[in-house]
Amino acid sequence: MRDVAIVGVGCTGFKTVTPDVSYKEMMFEAATRAYQDAGNISPRKDIDAFISVAEDYWEGFSIFDEFVPDQLGAVLRHLFTVSGDSIIGLATAYMLIKTGHFDVVALESHGKPSDILTLYDVIQFAMDPMLNRPLGGHPFYVAGMEMTRFLCETGNTREQCAMVVAKNKGNALANTFAAYGANVDIEDVLCSDSCFYPLNKLDVSQPADGGIVMILASDRVAAKLSENPVWVRGVGWACDTPSLETRCWGDAVYARIAADMAYKKAGIGSPSREADFAEVDDLFSYKELQHMEALRLCRPGEAGVLVEEGETWIGGSLPVNTSGGNLGMGWALEASGMQRLLETVLQLRGEAGSRQLSDVEVGVAQSWRGIPTATGAVAVLTNC
Amino acid sequence: MFGKKRVAVIGAGMTLFRRNLKETGKELAWHASKMALDQAGLEPRDIQSVVMGTAPDAFDGVHMKGEYLADGAGAWRKPYSRVFVGGGTGVFVIDAGWWHVASGQFDTCLVVAEEKMSSCYPHPAYAFTTIFDPIYSRPLGVTLIWIFALEMHRYMHRHGIKKEEIALVSVKNKRNALDHPCAQLGANITVEDVLNSEIMCWPVQRLDISPTSDGAAALVLASEDVAKKLTDNPVWIDGTGWCIDTTFWTNRDLYYPKYVQCAAQMAYKMAGIKNPPKEIDVAEVYDPFDYKELHHMEGLLLARKGQAPKLTADGVTQRDGDLPINPSGGLLGVGNPIAAAGLMKCCEIFWQLRGEAGKRQVKGDPRTGLAQAWGDLMQYGSVVIMRS
Repeated sequence: MRDVAIVGVGCTGFKTVTPDVSYKEMMFEAATRAYQDAGNISPRKDIDAFISVAEDYWEGFSIFDEFVPDQLGAVLRHLFTVSGDSIIGLATAYMLIKTGHFDVVALESHGKPSDILTLYDVIQFAMDPMLNRPLGGHPFYVAGMEMTRFLCETGNTREQCAMVVAKNKGNALANTFAAYGANVDIEDVLCSDSCFYPLNKLDVSQPADGGIVMILASDRVAAKLSENPVWVRGVGWACDTPSLETRCWGDAVYARIAADMAYKKAGIGSPSREADFAEVDDLFSYKELQHMEALRLCRPGEAGVLVEEGETWIGGSLPVNTSGGNLGMGWALEASGMQRLLETVLQLRGEAGSRQLSDVEVGVAQSWRGIPTATGAVAVLTNC
Repeated sequence: MFGKKRVAVIGAGMTLFRRNLKETGKELAWHASKMALDQAGLEPRDIQSVVMGTAPDAFDGVHMKGEYLADGAGAWRKPYSRVFVGGGTGVFVIDAGWWHVASGQFDTCLVVAEEKMSSCYPHPAYAFTTIFDPIYSRPLGVTLIWIFALEMHRYMHRHGIKKEEIALVSVKNKRNALDHPCAQLGANITVEDVLNSEIMCWPVQRLDISPTSDGAAALVLASEDVAKKLTDNPVWIDGTGWCIDTTFWTNRDLYYPKYVQCAAQMAYKMAGIKNPPKEIDVAEVYDPFDYKELHHMEGLLLARKGQAPKLTADGVTQRDGDLPINPSGGLLGVGNPIAAAGLMKCCEIFWQLRGEAGKRQVKGDPRTGLAQAWGDLMQYGSVVIMRS
């Protein structure tokens, strides 16, 4: 069975607002950079399939797929939309190449939340229309409830969650793509406004605009397109129940299933030992700890201790979210997972600048689709 | 057959198609899935992956509708994703199921398509006012029927086709649908009835258009090894194809769907088909409007440009003709719950190739079938080719 590599990446960078560009211009810029990075390929001739990840309500259209082809150079080409997170998009590209019918696939994702006047009302529309939506309120109350349950079940602490924020926003200061880099300490987080108890304002990722495009290729052509391909060794994705009433609130079951699937394909038995670093979803501070445990990067209840002891900071034994995560780079809707992938690729290529880790070979990237979903995806990448 | 993995369809299911069903979208998805699983002889726990196809979230007013429908489609704690290419979704979703299995990642995949348009008040057509460019098109107050009227007019003008010739498609499909137990609008009508029906937007009249509907459809896909254990007569997915044209539909000549041709050629190449009209035994061609069946037959290279009306007039596309088109009754007859309508077409090809289509069974012993759907701003083609 053929192998799959990431041979090109392009990113616009992420900003709090982008009044100077449309979503189409963002997509064009990211795509142009990715095509250049992948040996200057032509989308008109060299790319066998294009995947865009997008959701109608984020975009303000019904059938957003209509508005994708031109700026990617995909007119009269084989393009489609996955209404899902960008690591599910990566899994789709991976499967296409594995069929043997496609050699080069482009994967596009973007978020432009600053265009959405009523972002949190849109999220409300994702709540079950009969059982949950009539309750009203800002839907992030679900995260507050989940955090309470997670801390209660695992013994991780409120302060350890605050330390995740300090770490990630600090890491983001070294990332020119990041929108929310800052020097904050635990006190700053604990003293910020209370939002969705026990979450405070600084525990919650803030929206950011930006786009990322990646080019994937089969082993047959990867070496021709890139001097430093990053190999996709395993992907996994899963959906737990959409029902708030019947899901596990302490455990990120979706991430656990997705990770087990990806590790199995990648031949990884002990992720805490075999992964050199990880990029995990941290839409809310506690999510980084919950996802680390679901990904078996540590034992249950141990994630908070690792951040406290510095193990997940740059220079520690298992750095997590060197990019700054969602807390530092900003929440870019369906492109959030692609931010995690991008950092994993840059680290494995040795192109992460002042955040570069030494001697890394195996990276794990993970995404979650946010409130109110229980859907996530995991990718295992290597540079050898 | 190509040194690559072959994928089989081993079960199909669908719900009634109706204007307003009482079931929720989740329930519709489950009824169709259960029927497909029963035919395949499988339980939900046997399914390794699930793909959902469903069209605009605006119908249901549910953001991330794929997530909402997940448990109805049996995706609990499984790899699950949703693909979305507008009206093309219903056939594209089987293409997506194909790569789940053809990639070697899964031995089984449940492919589900669901649409509940009746939740959209006062009429589902309102959801389509938000498919247009907010700067160039929406200020014109443009609707879906307007743009299709433009396309129909252009197609008629270019080839000198008369309304009477196009109306024959509606007559045929609604009559075919009388034999479909799930059909919403099976009827014995005449060309006169079509020409005398209410004018919606000239040249489109009421009986030229498919209805709005609720419904769901599902298929079970399996790898060659698993399929051979479960059934003696699997149907193979031998070709998949899809293609998109530019967003700027105003800049194209609408008389011919080049993107459908591009999608078809991708699928024909994969399936090794050189002469489509000879090699395709039965086809389910996307027919939300009667002229679209003709337009798409030409795009699919099943008829030469401008010649599809003649084939229709000569009876070639009837169930007992040489190239039966839409033996199910199509969208015009069975109904048009967008994504589910496309997958209904795939179900019909499956049943036809297995000889299980009952009163709808086409003559002879069909070995190769094609299903096609069309979507976005008159710009998307999705195609699947199946063989018994």
